[in-house]
Amino acid sequence: MNTKILDVLKKYTMVFALIAVIIFFYASTQGKILLPQNINNLISQNAYVFVLAAGMLLCILTGGNIDLAVGSVVCFVGGIGAVMMDKNINVWVAVAVMLIGGVLVGVWQGFWIAYVKVPPFIATLAGMYAFRGLANVVMKGFAVGVRNETFLNVFGGGADCYIPDVLHGDGFNITCMVAGVAVALVYTAMVIKKRLSAKAKGYELQPLYQVVPKMAVVCAALLWVFYKLANYKGIPAGLIWIAIVLIAYGYITSKTTIGRYLYAVGGNEKATRLSGIDSRKVYFFAYINMGLMAGLAGILTIARAANAQPTFGQGYEMDAIAACFIGGASAYGGEGGIFGVIIGAVLMGVINQGMSIMGMSANYQSVVKGIVVLVAIIFDVLSNKKKK
Amino acid sequence: MGKILLEMKDITKTFPGVKALDNVNLQVEEGEIHALVGENGAGKSTLMNVLSGIYPYGTYEGDIIYNGEVCQFQKITDSEKRGIVIIHQELALVPQMSIGENMFLGNERGSKNAINWDETYSEADKYLKMVGLSESSRVLVKDIGTGKQQLVEIAKALAKNAKLLILDEPTSSLNETDSRALLDLMLEFKKKGMTMIIITHKLNEVVYVADKITVVRDGSTVETMDCHSITINEDRIIKGMVGREITDRFPKRSNVEIGDVNMEVKDWTVYHPVYAERKVVDNVNMNVKKGEVVGIYGLMGAGRTELAMSIFGRSYGADISGSLYINGEEVVLKNPREAINAKLAYVTEDRKGNGLVLSNPIRVNTSLANMAGVSNKGIIDMDKEYQVAVEYKDKLRTKTPSVEQNVGNLSGGNQQKVLLAKWMFTDPEILILDEPTRGIDVGAKYEIYCIINDLVKAGKSVVMISSELPEVIGMSDRIYIMNEGRFVGEMKASDATQENIMACILQAGRGE
Repeated sequence: MNTKILDVLKKYTMVFALIAVIIFFYASTQGKILLPQNINNLISQNAYVFVLAAGMLLCILTGGNIDLAVGSVVCFVGGIGAVMMDKNINVWVAVAVMLIGGVLVGVWQGFWIAYVKVPPFIATLAGMYAFRGLANVVMKGFAVGVRNETFLNVFGGGADCYIPDVLHGDGFNITCMVAGVAVALVYTAMVIKKRLSAKAKGYELQPLYQVVPKMAVVCAALLWVFYKLANYKGIPAGLIWIAIVLIAYGYITSKTTIGRYLYAVGGNEKATRLSGIDSRKVYFFAYINMGLMAGLAGILTIARAANAQPTFGQGYEMDAIAACFIGGASAYGGEGGIFGVIIGAVLMGVINQGMSIMGMSANYQSVVKGIVVLVAIIFDVLSNKKKK
Repeated sequence: MGKILLEMKDITKTFPGVKALDNVNLQVEEGEIHALVGENGAGKSTLMNVLSGIYPYGTYEGDIIYNGEVCQFQKITDSEKRGIVIIHQELALVPQMSIGENMFLGNERGSKNAINWDETYSEADKYLKMVGLSESSRVLVKDIGTGKQQLVEIAKALAKNAKLLILDEPTSSLNETDSRALLDLMLEFKKKGMTMIIITHKLNEVVYVADKITVVRDGSTVETMDCHSITINEDRIIKGMVGREITDRFPKRSNVEIGDVNMEVKDWTVYHPVYAERKVVDNVNMNVKKGEVVGIYGLMGAGRTELAMSIFGRSYGADISGSLYINGEEVVLKNPREAINAKLAYVTEDRKGNGLVLSNPIRVNTSLANMAGVSNKGIIDMDKEYQVAVEYKDKLRTKTPSVEQNVGNLSGGNQQKVLLAKWMFTDPEILILDEPTRGIDVGAKYEIYCIINDLVKAGKSVVMISSELPEVIGMSDRIYIMNEGRFVGEMKASDATQENIMACILQAGRGE
């Protein structure tokens, strides 16, 4: 039994760390961190972290490769969109241009990395400078306001970016709560279905003492978050985008062949190549995809701020990379998953927000974030060492 | 009887859940070469790690008595100070540094604040001479061959004032000539009074150099044979290693009909990918028929792997010329994917480097080369993948608790089976097996041979590359002999003997 408990502790270390951090901030902010409004802000303000981290995960899986340019790309793409909408170009055209712009950036960087074998660190470092510069060129160095109502509502900016309460609760958003219950039920049903089918086929089953508590914790967390949101203004638009991205990437990384190739290339590139898989295409895919996510993050960022500024997106690449590593992605590639990314991104968000509420100066906030990343990696390294 | 230099008494070492060593006893006399043999995982390397202090005193039970004193080594430098130096299987040299720098790495000559380079290089040259290397110690390690690098490792050990030298598989990456030179060097050291322990899989080497042989099996010492009092041959040692008499090292292949030519290579020439003027494969012609095992024998560096990989979708080499026929039709295979589609499989000699994704489970490795077989429009059918992995696990009798086990946790023989499973799942007609039994133990070898027999029985063609003569002769129907990029001989296995194969190579060498 002891080793069993240890196994669970090890597997979900970061979840426990997250809970510990939440408790710490709950105590030190007199409970303010868990107020409905703060939960809502936590999601809306960090939407870009989830989106970028999902894209970054794919790059990191291919061998610890990172993309340093995403912050600049967010700014560049956001700038293009803001300028277009400022000139009254159709909002959906602007959105399409932003996403395509992100993809083209991905093609550009991916080409050098995959086919010319420029080390990703350097190729994207170049991109970091170049696209920051281009962002300034596009915006002529000034902030550009975003006033298009539709755009703001759909992508999580302004006051009305929530899913409307069609069930008309009084101060309590019933639609939101119903959605929460539905999500929890679907999740539970999927877990049970998977287990039953595995049992029917005689596969190895995860022990119940792991499955049941995990299911209970996830359901409780889901219901609790939706309850909090229902007490504020309901489901923020940002959450919808986060959910779409995370579900899509959860699926890609676990169920598709291209997802499998990402892990294989990161685990052993030569063996993968000799298995008839074109590793260049795999790198190319990872970076194009990163570009797409940077485009989406650009959209979310200018919507949230209701304007675009030449300084936007600074340090976003680091937030995304940190979320991946905190979430257990291996710095050498081949290991990691979307669940870890979620935990990593939430942990970063909670720490950011908790320190802000405590009124800690921004300078010290950076120090704390740095220490958290280091501790997470040290833990990863040490636990891997023990395995050997 | 000479003086006992080293005695390891009742050594027991437990890892969580496993007893790696169980009351092991080892006595080494001064001035002898003591061979430690045993199957993979028998505990030889663990024993040497205990001796050298990699597992510090207190983590094991039992005593190490060296030179009459009980030793309690805490770390590797403690044992090195006493003159016990271990040379590991993997070369531990920094390629970008010179021989001299490598030799005194961590043990630099000069004062505390500055390295005395003149002293470093003159000392280094002295030790190089002792191991018979004529290179200057200023040459970079990456510019000399692996054989010479191994000698540099030995010179490095001598520079540490070694009295007891432990060589862990010293010849595993050397060709026959270099191996022989190394063994002769050991015999020369013995004359000068050096004591050595050699761990090796190659029994002919044991017979050649050892004074005494200790057999380790399942974590305990089974017996120690004195080569001077009894006659030693390879069969006698194998019997000790596996605990039973192996009457036939190669399973019989009966009633296999050899059919038409399945694959043919004509005028195949390949150049080195970096040194463009160097021919690695020179005008090779070969064919393999259905139901046939064709052996390619050659020393390391003869170009066998390069030939195989260049055929397999040009995954090696530059400026490849020649033609390739499969079932009588000429094909051009531009990459591994096209080769797989043409029903070709290449099972690499380098399991860890080129073959398997060690951090992934058996299931994932099994399907990797044929994802189309377990997926539909890019979506993986997890059930099917699992069933495929289980099917091959049972078929090849891979020893593992489950197919979800990471391949990195398996033994060499089982890893080889996973690798074979991966390629068998691509449903090939022609399999090129490159050193299929390298680094795996006697029992697992036999099972691999049985798998090869099953393959040809099913009408497949097998090309087996090997540098073990008995294996080539025992398993092949026909043998090609390769030397320095060229085929220098072809013979039926029934006509082949170790002598006439070696003669082929020697003649080719003289013909130059």
